[in-house]
Amino acid sequence: MTEIAANAKVSTGDIFLEFLLIGATSFGNIVPYLRNSLVVKRRWIDDKGFVELMSISETLPGLNATNVAVLLGDRLAGLAGSTAALVGVCLPGALVMYLAGIAYHIHGERPIVTAMLKGVAAASTGLVLATIVQLGRKSLPYVSDLVFVVVTVVAVHQLHQSVPRVLLCVGLIAVLWYRPGHERARRNP
Amino acid sequence: MKQLPALARVFAHVSLLTVGGGMAAFPELKTLTVDVYKWLTLQQLVHLYSVGQMAPGPKMMMVVSIGEWVAGAAGAAVVLIAFFGPTSVLTLIVGRLWDALAQWRWRSSIQTGLAPVSIGLLLAGSLTMASAAITDWITATVALGALVVLLWRSVNPALLVLGGAIVGAIVFSPR
Repeated sequence: MTEIAANAKVSTGDIFLEFLLIGATSFGNIVPYLRNSLVVKRRWIDDKGFVELMSISETLPGLNATNVAVLLGDRLAGLAGSTAALVGVCLPGALVMYLAGIAYHIHGERPIVTAMLKGVAAASTGLVLATIVQLGRKSLPYVSDLVFVVVTVVAVHQLHQSVPRVLLCVGLIAVLWYRPGHERARRNP
Repeated sequence: MKQLPALARVFAHVSLLTVGGGMAAFPELKTLTVDVYKWLTLQQLVHLYSVGQMAPGPKMMMVVSIGEWVAGAAGAAVVLIAFFGPTSVLTLIVGRLWDALAQWRWRSSIQTGLAPVSIGLLLAGSLTMASAAITDWITATVALGALVVLLWRSVNPALLVLGGAIVGAIVFSPR
């Protein structure tokens, strides 16, 4: 990781504060906030390195934002940096949702709140779908990819198979389909 | 208090399924929290998830709200650690091995193979969510409107969700 070498002296406190700031201000999609803070403002990593961290994060279980925090924190300052980044990015949202949960418990049944939540849930569904369409546009170049997408959706949604089972079975077949040495296996970043 | 071990188990399990995004694990989250443990209804789960879209930071912090409902502050803390702890340790380990894994020919096969499966899981999760959120033509219009605006304009998604609240307050309020 040559891009980090120039920034070897990043303190754990700095890492915590920067990720706390991202965690507190990133409304909507968190990725642009991460890039703006880490690549543009702090220069802790370059664009190529950031794209690589995102690609690792998308393959592994865990949310992309927390995975990026763990990976970059570790590269900047080891285990302590990783922990600082993770706690920082999670803390503000966790506090907000802790309080929101209590508020929903108390006021969730009020007619005006129920009315607003109906609209919120509908808009949120549109948002989730938009995120998936954007992700699909950039990472599904093959027809066979679409087959795996459809098989996965049908298995979970129509056949009510559990997510771990589908992830293991369809995932295994897809990985074997793109096995090393086969012309289908494409080069990844 | 006796729910704490169940909370830890459920959220650690669900977190390991969030490949590509939190939504990938949504059907499993629904099965366990709604059908098996009956901690909340599907409606409430969808509400909390949607409110979570307006909160700052990682977009699955609504798991903390569920922990709070089930077992108060201790429940919230247990869920937070269970949901983010195991996956973070895994990411830390794989991250340190990543450059070494570049020599491993299966690395790119795994990345290429898991990409469409994770998108399928995200789609299945959003269908589970839609089944509770889209109940009539008005909610369908709001969802479609949000989708279209987000795909063709660069708007902050949190603002759109907030817009959904305003539309909901106007359209669905009893009068």
